[in-house]
Amino acid sequence: MTGIPVQYYLIVAAALFCIGLAISITKRHFIGMLLGIELMLNAVNINLVAFSRHDPERLSGQLFALFVIVVAAAEVTVALGIILRVYGRFKTVDPDKVSDLKQ
Amino acid sequence: MEAIIFYIFSALTLAAGLFILFSKNLIYGAFALFLAFLGVAALYVLAGADFLAVSQIMIYVGGILVLLIFGIMLTQKKEKSDDSTRHNRVEAPISRQVWGSLIGTGFFILMLKVILSSDFKMAGEEMSSKSTIKTIGVALMTSHLLPFEIAAILLLVALIGAAYLALNRNPSS
Repeated sequence: MTGIPVQYYLIVAAALFCIGLAISITKRHFIGMLLGIELMLNAVNINLVAFSRHDPERLSGQLFALFVIVVAAAEVTVALGIILRVYGRFKTVDPDKVSDLKQ
Repeated sequence: MEAIIFYIFSALTLAAGLFILFSKNLIYGAFALFLAFLGVAALYVLAGADFLAVSQIMIYVGGILVLLIFGIMLTQKKEKSDDSTRHNRVEAPISRQVWGSLIGTGFFILMLKVILSSDFKMAGEEMSSKSTIKTIGVALMTSHLLPFEIAAILLLVALIGAAYLALNRNPSS
């Protein structure tokens, strides 16, 4: 197995992370921001897996990535519950319009 | 051969991400996210993480993406119009587009500089092509038992909390 240099994985992950960051900044929709956060979590997982390739005995990176996936699943369920609740109260999914606490 | 497949799947992933960034319709964005997750799973396989790739497909594509599409459909705008492209439309103001692209490209250039200037010395030898399931299973039941149990409790708490939050969405009705 010749293998691809670890830098290639890192560059792809960095690009994916920045795309996710730009998505969560740009979209004016709660779920659009959530999509960006999912992409960012995936980019971090690519980094962990790429480094874990050189640690075949213990695979700590892959285990960490597994826990990241679990926490992402928990995060998405709770976030969607909150978004549905906010939508039921404010009838909007625009983060700028949910501004009851603002002066 | 391996390099070509790597390039194809990373291009697929990045193209799907850019499509989400530039598409106005959120449903299309969610389906592009499906492609991005599949590309990431393929990258996991190329990095020798077969179990993680299967979990990625099962959890992200089978669970999280379906939840996100449910969320998009449950929060649609009330007014119905005949123009089918108006649903799920997300308008992004120009200031946010400028800030998003500025911060995104700036951070990417910063990370690219760091990655290209770094010189990784890998201590261990590279992974042979054996399956990782046995190693992960043994590690989860021995050295990583406490995080495993905490993850189980976290999932239970998140499940109950999300069910409670999503219940009875409209208190007035």
